[in-house]
Amino acid sequence: MLCNLCNKNQATVHLTEIVDEQMSELHLCDDCARKKSMEMEQQFGLSDLLAGLVDYGKQISGTDKGAVPAQCGFCNLTYEDFRKIGRLGCSECYTSFSKYLGPLLKRIHGAIQHLGKTPAHYVEPVPVKMTKATKQMDAAELKERLQAVIEREEFEEAAKLRDMIKELEAKPRDPEKKKKGTAKKDEA
Amino acid sequence: MKLNDLLNHVGGWIKGSGPNSDIVISSRIRLARNLARVPFPHWAKKEELEEVSRLAKSAFEQTEPLQGNLFLILEELDSIDKQFLVERHLMSNEHAIRSSQKALLVNEDENVAIMVNEEDHLRIQAMESGFDLDATWNAVNAIDNRLSELLPYAFKKDWGYLTACPTNTGTGMRGSVMLHLPALVMSRQINRVLEAIAKLSFTTRGLYGEGTQASGNFFQISNQVSLGQKEEEILGNIKGVIRQIIEQEQKAREALLAEHREMLEDRIWRSYGTLKNAHIITSNETVELLSMLRVGNDLGIVKDVERGLINELFILTQPAHLQKLENKKLSSNERDVKRAQIIRDKLLH
Repeated sequence: MLCNLCNKNQATVHLTEIVDEQMSELHLCDDCARKKSMEMEQQFGLSDLLAGLVDYGKQISGTDKGAVPAQCGFCNLTYEDFRKIGRLGCSECYTSFSKYLGPLLKRIHGAIQHLGKTPAHYVEPVPVKMTKATKQMDAAELKERLQAVIEREEFEEAAKLRDMIKELEAKPRDPEKKKKGTAKKDEA
Repeated sequence: MKLNDLLNHVGGWIKGSGPNSDIVISSRIRLARNLARVPFPHWAKKEELEEVSRLAKSAFEQTEPLQGNLFLILEELDSIDKQFLVERHLMSNEHAIRSSQKALLVNEDENVAIMVNEEDHLRIQAMESGFDLDATWNAVNAIDNRLSELLPYAFKKDWGYLTACPTNTGTGMRGSVMLHLPALVMSRQINRVLEAIAKLSFTTRGLYGEGTQASGNFFQISNQVSLGQKEEEILGNIKGVIRQIIEQEQKAREALLAEHREMLEDRIWRSYGTLKNAHIITSNETVELLSMLRVGNDLGIVKDVERGLINELFILTQPAHLQKLENKKLSSNERDVKRAQIIRDKLLH
């Protein structure tokens, strides 16, 4: 798409404008956007200044680049993307980029500890390992465990539990046969 | 309920009633919420957003105060309908412009509106007429509690609710109070007040939220910080600041009456006169004149107009409202004529 103002360069910035009481979209190239942004400067809110602020996080973290992933493993947003658009990609970005985000949140809010409400059913994450005890549980107990694991978003663990429950429910009177064979069938 | 039914009444939040409604138009609170492990709207695929919308709709249907409410798929609406919803303060400009996979829930009284797939998966908003953040909080909190039983919210114990923009992380809450401050503007004290507010980490916006200019002496004041304080604490801080501003505006109104009564009455009656007689009027002029009529009514100078009617005129005279009332697209000039006609009709009964 070409820039709406100069009609020469590729549009890279997309703006919303209200002119004569009508909303319209404006697609601009870098140069025209820069000129336009000077006109609109006073209208920009805090979030628009984020692109500048995120660099602060980088400085704080210093040189140990290897410690922070360049990309979120869940949604593939890169820290560079975040720096450009000022928006994170998903809830997991908060974990992927936590080292950068801590100082940034501190700078924005002056605090880094949430003191407000908690969603219903939220369970404090505690590491759960598959143990012999789990294997001896009955279907009802496993379902309870499954619920807790889902709420903690430990999906790998949840998949294992789900398979165990299916196995138990399929052959409730024959606990000896609940081995790998059935689990494979479920995945197929 | 259908979208066009909204046209027959004005939203509960603009009735002109409630505490301090001479100065405070409305109180509103929004909560930003997202689903865990689903990319935020700007980063998500079409199918993911469709799934969010489907999950949200199903959760709304299981949430008692939201049952039977209007659920609008924005792609199915034309541009006038979308602008109409923005003019009624039910959704943002952003939601109207990039409308793919976006939805909006509105209740009948128009004091609850939930945007689906705006900047965050859910933007739950409640609003009340006058200065009543407690009632607003109770309404929005009850809905949020129920939805959190039905939807897997993105939440971390240390950082709270996780949002697309880190400026909303934590409580995800923004409380806003819309104020009418003509005396502080006329007495040129408004900048001093707004500067003081900014120092306390509050933001001032215009009538339509983020990125809009103040017009007609209306200012929307909201908290900026959303992390590190309890919701009640944040609301308590807003209340404290708003009480101060209300007091300042009252003092400025008293001072204007004491020192410049003739000048003030002249401006009020001229505004009323123009509104009752004009045959062509722009929306900017309308907002300015209605603002003066409102202060005239607040001060007991103009007694034959109800505050509720003045508020209604602010809403009805906007471009998309005029076009919906006329049931066709109108040019800017045609709107100015239609606007003047509606104002005359309403003010002369």
